Amino acid sequence: MSSSPPTIGVLALQGDVREHLVALAEADALARPVRRPEELAEVDGLVLPGGESTTISKLATLFGVMEPLRDRIRDGLPVYGTCAGMIMLADKILDGRDDQDTFGGIDMIVRRNAFGRQNESFETAVEVEGVEGGPVEGVFIRAPWVESTGSGVATLARLDDGTVVAVRQGNLLATSFHPELTGDHRVHRYFVDMVRAAG
Amino acid sequence: MTGPAGAGGCHHPAVESPSEVPVSTTLPSTPESPETGTARVKRGMAEQLKGGVIMDVVTPEQAKIAEDAGAVAVMALERVPADIRKDGGVARMSDPDMIEGIIGAVSIPVMAKSRIGHFVEAQVLQSLGVDYIDESEVLTPADEVNHSDKWSFTTPFVCGATNLGEALRRIAEGAAMIRSKGEAGTGNVVEAVRHLRQIKNEIARLRGYDNHELYAAAKELRAPYELVKEVAELGKLPVVLFSAGGVATPADAALMRQLGAEGVFVGSGIFKSGDPAKRAAAIVKATTFYDDPKIIADASRNLGEAMVGINCDTLPEAERYANRGW
Repeated sequence: MSSSPPTIGVLALQGDVREHLVALAEADALARPVRRPEELAEVDGLVLPGGESTTISKLATLFGVMEPLRDRIRDGLPVYGTCAGMIMLADKILDGRDDQDTFGGIDMIVRRNAFGRQNESFETAVEVEGVEGGPVEGVFIRAPWVESTGSGVATLARLDDGTVVAVRQGNLLATSFHPELTGDHRVHRYFVDMVRAAG
Repeated sequence: MTGPAGAGGCHHPAVESPSEVPVSTTLPSTPESPETGTARVKRGMAEQLKGGVIMDVVTPEQAKIAEDAGAVAVMALERVPADIRKDGGVARMSDPDMIEGIIGAVSIPVMAKSRIGHFVEAQVLQSLGVDYIDESEVLTPADEVNHSDKWSFTTPFVCGATNLGEALRRIAEGAAMIRSKGEAGTGNVVEAVRHLRQIKNEIARLRGYDNHELYAAAKELRAPYELVKEVAELGKLPVVLFSAGGVATPADAALMRQLGAEGVFVGSGIFKSGDPAKRAAAIVKATTFYDDPKIIADASRNLGEAMVGINCDTLPEAERYANRGW
């Protein structure tokens, strides 16, 4: 592992961008915010942060990021989505707005606000396949869940009741929860390793 | 003497010393079984709103317009601040039917305002399932000494502040998000600028203090020592800081972002203007691209009439909302 650090962007149209930038830097990546198509062209991997998926979707379309990112996802760009970012990576969503677009790429159906409103937001320990060293701190905030997946999608984490909360398909990774809100950067390290392997 | 003052005023575990990672939401320990209403879950919700615009709405129709424009959340209240100023009288929590109508109309988070110290209004709002409660000086205060004990709720609270001491007293009471107050319903950004600069300046000053000086700083700020020390170490508040009160144009919103606000609240500025849908979308764009004058220029074109506005220096002291809160 002596290669130079990969450059990983964080889509910075809206959301908890700063937390992801910090987590990526701690996981030995060069982290930078991405708001424009030309900035997207310069990264080896991309994080879609937590935030409001309706807002991110609208701004991505308005500022010309939607199509270029879909193209790069098809070309194999490693992308990690947390919460709103998971919604943005789903091929199909439930309980979204009628006009809500996603980048897509993961063959799954994701339900928005699946656990309920903020009062039902919670934290709990989550065991994630491929992440060594015991369960990670799962912070779920108005979180979505994975309703169903296609055959090419690997389930990486479930809650005790069987709810799917982390998946991977090829170079695409998605979690319902927010590892960036904790001091534990093992999930980001897992993603940085994905980016290195793809490079 | 009002408000918690001096060292040792805050014993809640959520404000123990932060880790070495400068992310303010890094709080200790994760429960084995799911736990709701933790400080991390409450503060984490506000982190998701960053870079966004939260819009005051008084009807489900306005809430739809706000969501269509790209708002990250809407704030349900009885009347927008400009109308509260115009109509006078006592301003209270919004009607539960109205709030439920707004919750049913949009998929983004819904906030609602309670009067300062009116913890029963807050209990009602929590029972209705609102996502954030704003204990707001824009409504008529119910208690002129005490704010609500926000630790006793699972629903997170946002509170207003004009300076760092006030912000830290609110956080000590359990606020999970802070907004600089500004002067709501005026369409004049001058007070919002003053309050945000004040908070940022006081944080910057703390950064330069050594351990000996932090105790005296806590005394001067009338804020708990532990929180003062945490701010000195982080170089920021331990919760998200938005700006509010007087934002009327895309340039106003971008100004507050450049001054360090992590997002903006807009009230009367949108629904008291000529073309609310267009202005709302323009303010969202300018908030995201706050450092790109070309995009802000484009967003500012042909927006129709902005709200007329009030010059703050003509406001009688009794009509200044920023003076409410202690």
